[in-house]
Amino acid sequence: MNIIVCIKQVPDTTEIKIDPVKGTLIREGVPSIMNPDDKGGLELALRLKDQFGANVTVVSMGPPQADVIMREAFAMGADRAILLSDRKFAGSDTLATSYALAGLCRSLDYDLIIAGRQAIDGDTAQVGPEMAEHLGLPQVSYVADAKLLPNGNLLVHKENEDSVQVLEVEGKCLLTVLASAFEARYMTVSGIVEAYNKEVEVWGADKIDYDETKLGLSGSPTKVFQSFPKAMKAPGEVHEVSEEEAVELIVNKLKEKHII
Amino acid sequence: MDFSYSKTEQLFLQMIRSFAENEVKPLAAEVDDQERFPIETVQKMGKLGIMGIPIPKQYGGQGGTVQMYIMAVEELSRVCATTGVIVSAHTSLCMAPILENGTEEQKMKYLPKLASGEWIGAFGLTEPNAGTDAAMQQTTAVDAGDKWILNGTKIFITNASYANVFIVMAMTDKSKGTKGISAFIVEKGMKGFSIGKKELKMGIRGSATCELIFENCEVPKENLLGPLGKGFTIAMKTLDGGRIGIASQALGIAQGAMDETVKYTKERKQFGKAIAQFQNTQFQMADLKTKVEAARLLVRSAAWKKDMGLPYSPDAAMAKLFAAETAMEVTTKAVQFHGGYGYTREYPVERMMRDAKITEIYEGTSEVQRMVIAAQLFKK
Repeated sequence: MNIIVCIKQVPDTTEIKIDPVKGTLIREGVPSIMNPDDKGGLELALRLKDQFGANVTVVSMGPPQADVIMREAFAMGADRAILLSDRKFAGSDTLATSYALAGLCRSLDYDLIIAGRQAIDGDTAQVGPEMAEHLGLPQVSYVADAKLLPNGNLLVHKENEDSVQVLEVEGKCLLTVLASAFEARYMTVSGIVEAYNKEVEVWGADKIDYDETKLGLSGSPTKVFQSFPKAMKAPGEVHEVSEEEAVELIVNKLKEKHII
Repeated sequence: MDFSYSKTEQLFLQMIRSFAENEVKPLAAEVDDQERFPIETVQKMGKLGIMGIPIPKQYGGQGGTVQMYIMAVEELSRVCATTGVIVSAHTSLCMAPILENGTEEQKMKYLPKLASGEWIGAFGLTEPNAGTDAAMQQTTAVDAGDKWILNGTKIFITNASYANVFIVMAMTDKSKGTKGISAFIVEKGMKGFSIGKKELKMGIRGSATCELIFENCEVPKENLLGPLGKGFTIAMKTLDGGRIGIASQALGIAQGAMDETVKYTKERKQFGKAIAQFQNTQFQMADLKTKVEAARLLVRSAAWKKDMGLPYSPDAAMAKLFAAETAMEVTTKAVQFHGGYGYTREYPVERMMRDAKITEIYEGTSEVQRMVIAAQLFKK
């Protein structure tokens, strides 16, 4: 089985700063990580590889510094890494990005494409589903579980807001997965030692079939009207306790935080 | 000159830090409180390759560097010094002497299982009457034709009750002094070999520190490690390497106490403001931070020399001396910054203070490190 996993390098922060003029993310000075849902997608691919044997190729579109997440993918167990990197892709919105990534996938032999549900920097959840449209593939989004059946089909759990749909998918398809459902493995020490001895293939636009008008800025119909960070609120804790216990619990919490 | 972490080291740091944070830190208080050897952590580390970082691939290791290994000990010790010393003793004191002195057969027999974490390693030099004066070995090994017969007792042996392989020093010819000491590879379960009492300790309470008892213990002839009479040299060289590991453990403890204190002093309010805003806090913490960074450079420099195959004995001694004393100072002050809370087990700094003390004692006391450094300084 050949599996393609789409991964993206994102800034590791919840306090995203936005350029007030361009309306785009300021990436300088913010540590970068592999997008959590994408890492969950890689984990699913590696679990399928562990169980049934598979060739796992990670693909990404981004600037050259995205190299580090490709190395991380190697250290986790990916077999091949391709980074789409070309000035022609600059300014891509989700449509142009999915178009370019779909073009890359067409150049590869694959049975399954896995993407993360969404990236923590844009939160659009569009690139995976759009790729499926470009490629004419069936897609299942919000995947919380996926098993390979003896008949070669995939049995997929799709997590909806208030229900879980269990679907059997035939043939090539694209899944977008939830990080919470696939706790990613650690990189191994030997994987890390080898990660920089392997080749991350850097592909320019010339390596894929494309229509110039669908790439980069010109292929991006989305206009960002305004970007602003949402006010952050600390997540609350839910405790199911009696009234008396609740008083004690609250007092203890306040003491813990040195408020009282 | 490049002081930065290489790309590989950065990737490794990312992995080991998240492993320490997610798998080791949550157990640290319990491991200390229950004096429990964290065997489940050792198994996880084995699977990820953390138990065999600097061992070449041909012997089942990960083919990593000494630098990576000491980074692992630092990051583990930052959250749990017990876990740090388990890896350090296993790697530096058991696998390293086999790798550096073993025959091809010995390496093939022991290293793959040790490097994968299937087996745990230990080292036996210290005896009731041979501590800093390690040459006073009373354990004996007698040539009985097809085997060696060992008699004697070793004490304070890290990992002992969980270890499968022990590097043991014993006197093979008393008349020759230190040149009559030889090294042996002893396996758990060998006839006449047993584990004695477990020590109840002040710190690193989860590490299994026990006696080793040899009563007409039968060790196969081929388990002599290195040449006959070279045991003392092997032990001293092993300890040179081990000291880089313990220096890293001390560094990790110091860094962990710094982390906790920065967090606490920013939260804790007295006289209407966070105590981190007081200049006394800032100046003291600035001094401690400077010492921690100085210790890190000493440790990395000693590890770099070992990686490069350069002599590193005084470097390891300086790294251990300085890092251990820094750990003791930082943790003691960390408790002070935490005030009454710091003295309770609600916060980890009291444990870190108890853990720090041993780094000034084992694998050569701070006094021994000064002897090593001075001996080099006044040579010729």
